[in-house]
Amino acid sequence: MSDEKQEAAGESTPESTESTAVKRPKLVPVRQAAAKKPAAAPQKEDEGITRRGLFSALGFGWLAFVAASGAALTAGTRFLFPNVRYEPPTSFRVGFPTDYTIGAVEERYKAAYGVWIVRNEEGMYALSTVCTHLGCTPNWLAAEQKFKCPCHGSGFRISGINFEGPAPRPLERYAISLADDGQVLVDKSRLFQEEKGQWKDPASFLRL
Amino acid sequence: MARSKVMRVLTENQVWRSIFRHKLPSDDRNRVLVVLSNVFLHLHPTKVRKSGVRLSYTWCMGGLTFFIFLVEAVTGILLMFYYRPTAEFAFEDIKALGEHVPLGIMRELHRWGAHAMVITVWLHMFRVFLTGSYKPPREFNWNVGVILLVLTLLLSFTGYLLPWDQLAMWAVTVGTNMARATPFLGNEGPGAALLSIGDTQLVHPGSDVRFALLGGRFVAAGALLRFYVLHCIAIPLAAAVLMAIHFWRVRKDGGISGPL
Repeated sequence: MSDEKQEAAGESTPESTESTAVKRPKLVPVRQAAAKKPAAAPQKEDEGITRRGLFSALGFGWLAFVAASGAALTAGTRFLFPNVRYEPPTSFRVGFPTDYTIGAVEERYKAAYGVWIVRNEEGMYALSTVCTHLGCTPNWLAAEQKFKCPCHGSGFRISGINFEGPAPRPLERYAISLADDGQVLVDKSRLFQEEKGQWKDPASFLRL
Repeated sequence: MARSKVMRVLTENQVWRSIFRHKLPSDDRNRVLVVLSNVFLHLHPTKVRKSGVRLSYTWCMGGLTFFIFLVEAVTGILLMFYYRPTAEFAFEDIKALGEHVPLGIMRELHRWGAHAMVITVWLHMFRVFLTGSYKPPREFNWNVGVILLVLTLLLSFTGYLLPWDQLAMWAVTVGTNMARATPFLGNEGPGAALLSIGDTQLVHPGSDVRFALLGGRFVAAGALLRFYVLHCIAIPLAAAVLMAIHFWRVRKDGGISGPL
């Protein structure tokens, strides 16, 4: 009811104001303005926004928002991975084969590189110092000729084969070879697991 | 009469009126306004069931958990004034916090609080389960609570590394080894082998979720700093936001649940 009243008022006022000298913008109710629009086609450009324009602007807006959010998320994730790692190299030289005593476990590289070098009658191999149970570092007990993990008591023979405690599989071996200068080269980026039959791979054992 | 005179001096001035927009809570309307017009209290219902304050029904475990969270925040901020999260200083600073600082018990309060919070949050969950308070319309709030439980455990886990002793190192080594087995995101997880371009593995020990957590391939100085930031900033912030939602949803879902 009030709408109708307003419409009536809207139609009556323009006549009265136009007659006077003071020019004021016409106050027209929204519904009436919408109804009149098709008659005045050039007005469309003045209003500046069309249904199609609004939706394409919204579309571009959302697209830009999603793209920016995605870019920010990607940048944030990438930020967590540094370009430089302050960690020991994965490939390193551990001296000449003649430096090693047959039957001994070399512990010199344990702290820095996480590797034991073992020399036996046939050659050399590099054992990972990571316990295969939950990742602690076992200790070499020369008197008992075994690697013993202090966390949960897993035991490994000098070969790396597990024989006691919860460790489910032998210690892993790393790739070992002779470098050009005659030194022994250990490559930690290549792993050899006994239970997968990988210790038969010649790269896992340096035959001397 | 003397007391009312004091109250009048206290309350009838611009400063008091600028803070409190309601009258003293002497009638129902103003008692409701006390809660509704306070940003902290308004998360809480204006009225609770009689059973809602009965200790034998609620055990107050949710409230205690929140209280302990506040204790952890206060003691944690105090500890941060002394503790330096670097491999060089961390262990020494933890010892100094016990021996060279007045109230050397502060660090122990923080540690005991952490243990207590894990216990109370479990008991809160147990109570909610026993009283069936996870049922509709509260099922969403149960899920918020589960995330808060995980965040509580993560707070304990990240705090565990900060003393930087042997126990911390190996506990976190063992704990983060689990992240290796995350599907697709961990280098030993199911599906990780599928993510490769030709011979190049996309998910390897230098690019998986464990690396993101530790800032390296093993627990070292980078891991200490990351865990410190997670422990002091990231997880408490997430937990605070979720707690606000959790408490507000208690009100929105019909107040604290009553006996069946």
